[in-house]
Amino acid sequence: MAAATSRRRKGKIRWSNLYSFACLRPLTSEERPAGRDVIGQPGFSRVVFCNEPHLHKRKPYKYPYNNISTTKYNVLTFLPRALFEQFRRVANFYFLLAAVFSLFSLAPFSRASLIAPLVFVVGISMLKEAVEDWHRFLQDLDVNNRTVKAHVSNGVFVDKSWKKLLVGDVVKVNKDEYFPSDLLLLSSSYEDGVCYVETMNLDGETNLKIKRCLEASLCLNEDEEFSQFKATVRCEDPNPNLYTFVGNLEFKKESYPLSPSQLLLRDSKLRNTDYIYGVVIFSGRDTKAVRNSTRSPSKRSRIERKMDYIIYLLFSMLVLVSLVSSIGSSLFLKHDMVDWWYLQLPDSSSSEEDDDHFFNPSKLVQSAVLQFIRALILYGYLIPISLYVSIEVVKVLQTMLINKDIELYDEVTCKSVQARTSNLNEELGQVEMILSDKTGTLTCNQMEFRKCSIAGISYGGDITEVDLAASMRMNADFEPFEFSMDETDRATRSFELYEFSVSGFSAQNGNARLLKSEEPVIKGFNFRDDRLMNKNWINGTNLSDITMFFRVMALCHTGIPIEDDSHKTDKLSYEAESPEEVSFLIASQEFGFQFFRRTQSLIFVKEFDPSSMKEVEREYKLLNLLEFSSSRKRMSVIVSNEDGQIFLLCKGADSIIFDRLADNGRTYEQATTLHLSSYAEDGLRTLAFAYREIEAAEYERWNTIFTQAKATIGPEREELLEQASEMIEKDLVLLGVVAVEDKLQKGVPECIDKLAQAGLKIWLLTGDKRETAINVGFACSLLRQDMMQFHLSLSREAESNSQVKAMEEEILQQIQSSYKLLCEEGNNEAPYGLIIDGKALEIALRQDVKDEFLQLAVNCASVICCRVSPKQKALITRLVKQYTGRTTLAIGDGANDVGMIQEADIGVGISGMEGMQAVMASDFSLPQFRFLERLLVVHGHWCYQRISKMVLYFVYKNVAFGLTLFYYELYTSFSGEVLYDDWYMTMFNVMLTSLPVIALGVLEQDVSSDICLQFPALYQQGPRNVHFSWSRIVGWILNGVVTSLVIFLANIYILSPTALQQNGFVADIDSLGAITYTCVIWTVNCQIALFTSHFTWIQHLSIWGSILLWYIFLLGYGALPPNLSGNTFQLLIEVIGPTPLYWMITVLVVVVSLLPYFVHIVIQRSFYPMDDHIIQEMEKRLKKDDMRDNQMWLREQRNSQMSTNVGFSARVEAKVVSFSQQMQQKKVSICRSVTNSPIYRSITRTPFS
Amino acid sequence: MKMMIVEYLAELSFYYSFNVEYCVKVDTKHLEMGFLNFEHSREDSEMPETVNDEQRRRDRESAFYLFTQQRLPACKPVLTPTWFDSRVSSSFLQVVEIEERYDIECVPEPFRNDKVSYIQADSIPKNCSLLLKVDQYMKAPIYIYYQLDNYYQNHRRYIRSRSDQQLLHGRNSHGTSFCRPVESNNNRPIVPCGLIAWSLFNDTFTFIRGKAELKVNRTNIAWESDRDHKFGKNVYPFNFQNGTWIGGGKLNTRIPLSDQEDLIVWMRISALPSFRKLYGRIEEDLDVGDYVVVQLMNNYNTYSFGGKKKLVLSTSNWLGGKNDFLGLAYVVVGSCSLTIAIVFMALTQIRVIYHGTGYYR
Repeated sequence: MAAATSRRRKGKIRWSNLYSFACLRPLTSEERPAGRDVIGQPGFSRVVFCNEPHLHKRKPYKYPYNNISTTKYNVLTFLPRALFEQFRRVANFYFLLAAVFSLFSLAPFSRASLIAPLVFVVGISMLKEAVEDWHRFLQDLDVNNRTVKAHVSNGVFVDKSWKKLLVGDVVKVNKDEYFPSDLLLLSSSYEDGVCYVETMNLDGETNLKIKRCLEASLCLNEDEEFSQFKATVRCEDPNPNLYTFVGNLEFKKESYPLSPSQLLLRDSKLRNTDYIYGVVIFSGRDTKAVRNSTRSPSKRSRIERKMDYIIYLLFSMLVLVSLVSSIGSSLFLKHDMVDWWYLQLPDSSSSEEDDDHFFNPSKLVQSAVLQFIRALILYGYLIPISLYVSIEVVKVLQTMLINKDIELYDEVTCKSVQARTSNLNEELGQVEMILSDKTGTLTCNQMEFRKCSIAGISYGGDITEVDLAASMRMNADFEPFEFSMDETDRATRSFELYEFSVSGFSAQNGNARLLKSEEPVIKGFNFRDDRLMNKNWINGTNLSDITMFFRVMALCHTGIPIEDDSHKTDKLSYEAESPEEVSFLIASQEFGFQFFRRTQSLIFVKEFDPSSMKEVEREYKLLNLLEFSSSRKRMSVIVSNEDGQIFLLCKGADSIIFDRLADNGRTYEQATTLHLSSYAEDGLRTLAFAYREIEAAEYERWNTIFTQAKATIGPEREELLEQASEMIEKDLVLLGVVAVEDKLQKGVPECIDKLAQAGLKIWLLTGDKRETAINVGFACSLLRQDMMQFHLSLSREAESNSQVKAMEEEILQQIQSSYKLLCEEGNNEAPYGLIIDGKALEIALRQDVKDEFLQLAVNCASVICCRVSPKQKALITRLVKQYTGRTTLAIGDGANDVGMIQEADIGVGISGMEGMQAVMASDFSLPQFRFLERLLVVHGHWCYQRISKMVLYFVYKNVAFGLTLFYYELYTSFSGEVLYDDWYMTMFNVMLTSLPVIALGVLEQDVSSDICLQFPALYQQGPRNVHFSWSRIVGWILNGVVTSLVIFLANIYILSPTALQQNGFVADIDSLGAITYTCVIWTVNCQIALFTSHFTWIQHLSIWGSILLWYIFLLGYGALPPNLSGNTFQLLIEVIGPTPLYWMITVLVVVVSLLPYFVHIVIQRSFYPMDDHIIQEMEKRLKKDDMRDNQMWLREQRNSQMSTNVGFSARVEAKVVSFSQQMQQKKVSICRSVTNSPIYRSITRTPFS
Repeated sequence: MKMMIVEYLAELSFYYSFNVEYCVKVDTKHLEMGFLNFEHSREDSEMPETVNDEQRRRDRESAFYLFTQQRLPACKPVLTPTWFDSRVSSSFLQVVEIEERYDIECVPEPFRNDKVSYIQADSIPKNCSLLLKVDQYMKAPIYIYYQLDNYYQNHRRYIRSRSDQQLLHGRNSHGTSFCRPVESNNNRPIVPCGLIAWSLFNDTFTFIRGKAELKVNRTNIAWESDRDHKFGKNVYPFNFQNGTWIGGGKLNTRIPLSDQEDLIVWMRISALPSFRKLYGRIEEDLDVGDYVVVQLMNNYNTYSFGGKKKLVLSTSNWLGGKNDFLGLAYVVVGSCSLTIAIVFMALTQIRVIYHGTGYYR
């Protein structure tokens, strides 16, 4: 067996051995898990029998199956829990009580008319809940049914669905698959048992993590090996901590300590490794990923929360009028009713079987209480029962419209926007802060080689897009203006512009780039410069430096080439720890330095030799590899070439490299620095390349020190190694810099630009390192060059001391000084950016510092937080939400964003390449970030307006209707009699007024979507809550009061007591009820017609149809036999229909009750117009005249953009300003020189013309 | 960071221009809604149409015929307030109403201090006569109403105390439990049961002009559907007003309920505590200066609760009885709308004068 193993070993690349040079990486065997001795103690009691999953089916080692469930309900709990949820709503509970009372004789209405709407309303809401939960269930099903190869017996692995996995199962996970649960790594396809894991879903970090199995389990690298495999794991109990793991593996009678580097976590992905074997330790809900996830809280939108207060307000109104009724009733009962012989009220003397508790003068209090309860039910129409259900229906329809929006459909992924919960549609219109993840959200996690500067010459173009756009804007701006300059001056001007806009690169070309019409042919390589491409670099001036530059690119890395058989070309693809390195390797291959093979200590490169003009294969001996780390910020290799020359090739952050340059290595420093800043402004990530030739003797000397340091064991080892590397990484010769682009997703800068114009603040929260974050900040215009940047970070000493107090003080001091600066300079509107890293953030978010921190952060134009953990993301989100009280939206794509997504008011998941966790936790899922613009600015704006209008109208109509009931009570001695038939009242909310308001809620548009996008400032109506302010709410309630008064009084005074018709008949209670009710129906429906600004045939149909429906209903109801229709029998046909008065009252009442609102809107529109009114007007006029490019229009459009400090436009704006200043200076100097010139003087003095 | 668009004060000129446009639109809305005829008031705004100007208006319309030709179809029956005024107020002129309160006068002087015992004493004759003077010509039919004030027919306890089933199907029908407390007497059901029927109004009126008695038609005073479908043709009063408490009027046990129109009218519950109910019709015209003597039986007890009783004679027109409020309402609303429209128009014009038409054209 040993022979077989060794044979296989030969065939394998000893990938891991690359890292035998990885001097800084601590050896795993050294790690002594701190809590080893706690095994078996409480909290560390888990026992796993590897490869014996059957043992875990029974107690005491019964652990959960590997299925997960994110559903809220199951079949059994659905009914009670959903009902509970429903009746937790105050209004619903009230109606439940009313329905219960109706079972006794308390209610003023019939039972059916109280219970039917409640059942309808609750039923629909519950149906919606059920459907949503069903979708969640299907998604879970999808995840649970994924398969993985699991060991059954005798070394046979079969596909098993995830949900069937048990603790103790041995599984085999292949490349690019997700781990089905938390696994203990046993062995991998690599000889030394390492594997690479992408944990982006968990913590958002993009670089691969290396995991290493125990030496003892290395031999288990074949399917057959597992037939007899048995081991026991004793480890900690399930917990949510991602970075710790304590346990023991008892294998072959020996005990081995386990550490986090043997633990493969669920939701992470196997990369760069063909397969691994692992044993399930934690399954299902025990996994750390699931433990980390919190149950998604049910979110309610601001409007809905405010709606509760409205309901309370209406409730207090209800209680008030009920009290009035009850007191009035008892007063009447006591003083008057006893004399009303026609009532035959029960009195104390004749207390027979008469059990009318409501009107018992001898039991006054009891009667009053009963009357109070009855009144509460009677005036229940003040509480809009169908409001909730209508809103739910509307939201579902809105959601449907959002989901179906073709503009939100991504053709590449064939996905469209999914509103996963419909609760938050209107919240989209009120967002003020966006907290965004970086990787996968803004960027595609793909690096592209874009530009480089070699030997002081920039390749790949050095004009930034901002410059280009600014100069184009200026050119455009200057065109329409008439200058009082003569011809010569104009020529100078255009020359100047040319100079600004096109320096060294043709504008045409730049233009094309700006439009991004050309997609890179090679993935990861988006570079076009004829001076370097197609081996033209051999004609360059500093050939040796250029060659060296490419060598650094091809040699200084940790990647390996991958031969792809399917590729016919000789191009290779590469895999490396970071995508940057891959892009360098691809670029160097393009330039003719193809790295094609590496062994333990040799690197093979096919080089293009400029002297022989031929491709030659060269091999370099890799002597040492000085690893990249975030503190070193550089990486070096020491190689010797075939001639025995020893080179140190180094790449790293520019500041680090520049500090270590030799005096004679600074030839290109100045030029390179210039290029660097221009690259950085474009948001490109830059790395400087340098090299150094080392004398053999010096190397030998150094190497001994280095090996010594490497051999040291103990805490000082790292320091020694660092010192050693410092010794050799000095006196470098600068070669140049490369700039790679962390490729942004399509449309991201434009989207951010528009969102900034709409007045939204965007914070970037990323797990990535600071440089990357800043680069992306520049790339998507969150940062710009002239922005003052505050960096909050902990100094190294404070960090090492790890004394909370000291750290707090340090951070506090930084915050205070920054804030002082901000306040001082705040007046001149200079934009500020705040950059803070995870450690500093941890301190800054502590209780006593956080207020200061948030105060500073909120006042900065943009905030970038880097190296933040998922938990911190959630924490920031919560604090920002609490501190500012603004609506926050969190957007992210990975599992590390889940906390943030759940914490924010609105969570948006990007349904990208990564797992579904973010999407599952989100409220909305987008295929791409850029759709956020339309989602917020168009749909958010609309939905906000729709829902608020809808709620306002609902309040209005219920107040208008409910109060007429109360007024009538005044005329019935508060006896609780109702003016209307029971069924009229039931029909009111359910049929006669529901459709128009639903149509309003679904279809209302103040302006069309194009206009919304063109005038992003309209969005500000949402955050300012223009449409749902208390003044509006109260205004609508008052409007309802006025309407009810008008309706009631007009009817009372006109219809009583004289004859109704020519035949002399007078109106009785039924005809008065029907006529009044007609007025109500007409008025509320006409009101919504006035309220609606966007009429489609649906609105027309629903509004006028509702009115018509009332007549049809009355007709139908009246046509029923008298025992069913009661007093309504033939009411319309015989009584009120032929009455001219009836129709005249309707007209009068509608006109009068709408007059106040009408006057209000006329005054508002003509004297205090709001943004949407103006734009509506403009839209109407311009549509007619078809002149969008009207000066007026353009100016208005420009005005409507929020003046903002972030975003591409803002940068262009700033650039334009600086350009014009420069131009002004130039103009002055030219003018001065011209006027001072003798020729000019002679011309002006002696005019020829 | 302020939105420029909101700072519209800085750009007044532009907004004014748009406002001009808007107001015109608003006014058209007025028009559509029937608030007022804006087209008219714009062209000939000094011309409010009143009743007297009817003729002149026609003339002017024909004079302006060529001028207004294009717009004429649009001016079709738009319901302007002025238009209503003329019709409504003119139609009210034809309605004549005589109202006479009799509940106090019909109590003889000695009983005025204790009216309740007067009305409850069976021995005292309740007859009484009133003299009505006709001030205006009253064209037949003249409707006779009795009006009760402070009488809560709409009281919940009262209104529920009836059995529609019994009224239609007779004493064997179910559902008389609603009739409490007037459900049965001596263990026999009462037909018609319930408080409403039990408290039937029982004052009677006869009218004499000069020497001759005016003929009062007391049929067809109830809705046809009530007579045909709600009150049984074979249901006869039974055991009615036989109890210890006698409420109101008694019924002739030989006439089926469907023909007891007084009962049917009474059982149509009035909506308000002050109501009129139709008693009959006088089918002769009454001339100016006629005196009508009303012989009435003052049986009904309103004295317990201080309710008033009135006798009303009224003619009617197509809009029913005398209705001052409706006319007033229309006049007020119409003139309000007109004023508002004129104010808005004036403001608009001022703007145009001061600021021109702005950028828009």
